[in-house]
Amino acid sequence: MNRHSILRVVAKLMIPYILLFALYVQFHGDFGPGGGFQAGVIFAAAFILYALIFGIENGRKVMPARVNRILLAGGVLLYCFVGLAGIFLGSEFLDYNVLGPTPVAGQHYGILLVELGVGLTVSSTMIAIFYVFAGQDI
Amino acid sequence: MNPADIFIDIFLLLLMAAVAIAIVRSHLMFAVVMLSGIFSLLAAVLYVHLTAVDVAFTEAAVGAGVSTLLFLATLALTHVNVEEKHKPVRVVPLVIVTATGAMLIWGTLDMPHYGDPEAPANKHVAPRYIQESPKETGLPNMVTSVLASYRGYDTLGEVVVIFTAGAGVLVILGRSRRRRRPGVNDEDGDNLEEERA
Repeated sequence: MNRHSILRVVAKLMIPYILLFALYVQFHGDFGPGGGFQAGVIFAAAFILYALIFGIENGRKVMPARVNRILLAGGVLLYCFVGLAGIFLGSEFLDYNVLGPTPVAGQHYGILLVELGVGLTVSSTMIAIFYVFAGQDI
Repeated sequence: MNPADIFIDIFLLLLMAAVAIAIVRSHLMFAVVMLSGIFSLLAAVLYVHLTAVDVAFTEAAVGAGVSTLLFLATLALTHVNVEEKHKPVRVVPLVIVTATGAMLIWGTLDMPHYGDPEAPANKHVAPRYIQESPKETGLPNMVTSVLASYRGYDTLGEVVVIFTAGAGVLVILGRSRRRRRPGVNDEDGDNLEEERA
């Protein structure tokens, strides 16, 4: 891909905006369309684009396999811990009302953290699947 | 619904049907993958028109975006570019598929009309979500409050499904190169896997 300078320049210009848009979709999901699932896929798309243009080995330097796997499990664990926090604070599993000073604030924290967990797991799953598929040399 | 909306719906559904027929008739796998991406994009437009913006967003990102990419990666891995040509039309599967499709359409005749306020789905918990969710969760986007809070347990299940898919792919494909490489012993095999997976 070294010869495709147009692709490389355009990808370099686009990747920061793709990441920024993913973060917007992630954290604006409370107010508009979007949320963890969509944001995770868009976030992964930026890494996949990078790996497509600059090669899978460089892509693995940006997102090492070990970090990606930690994030893959970390998203699910974050979701579970938010649920367990409800139990420890004296209510039921995944009851966010007790997480904050008021029920509405608790719901806000709970939904934010849970969506973050969804986004982490979805993006690292997509990155992992792509890297594993693209890294096979049959 | 006004006539323009009905016209747009029918137009989009006809386009989707045309793409589906093209997928069935095409023998080039690359074309099939691209057409399935187009199908997902058309579905996303249809969801926007049905004012299901969150679903449309997901369909565009997952269905048209990442799925197409993963299909292309699979094609590059398997080197299957052309499907077998001139398959004879089999009568029994055709009859079964046609009969099942006809029964499914017949089944929808009993369903309430689209957007019917008297439909059971709109009488059950939906009014409560519409009236109470902004007060209870403080979120203007009802889809997010239902997905992450009221149905948080279901969403946890979905995330576990995605996690399982990722873990499954890593377990099955993430190790395949080590087995093919002769003379690599298992002690430092983990290092090798780190480099590649």
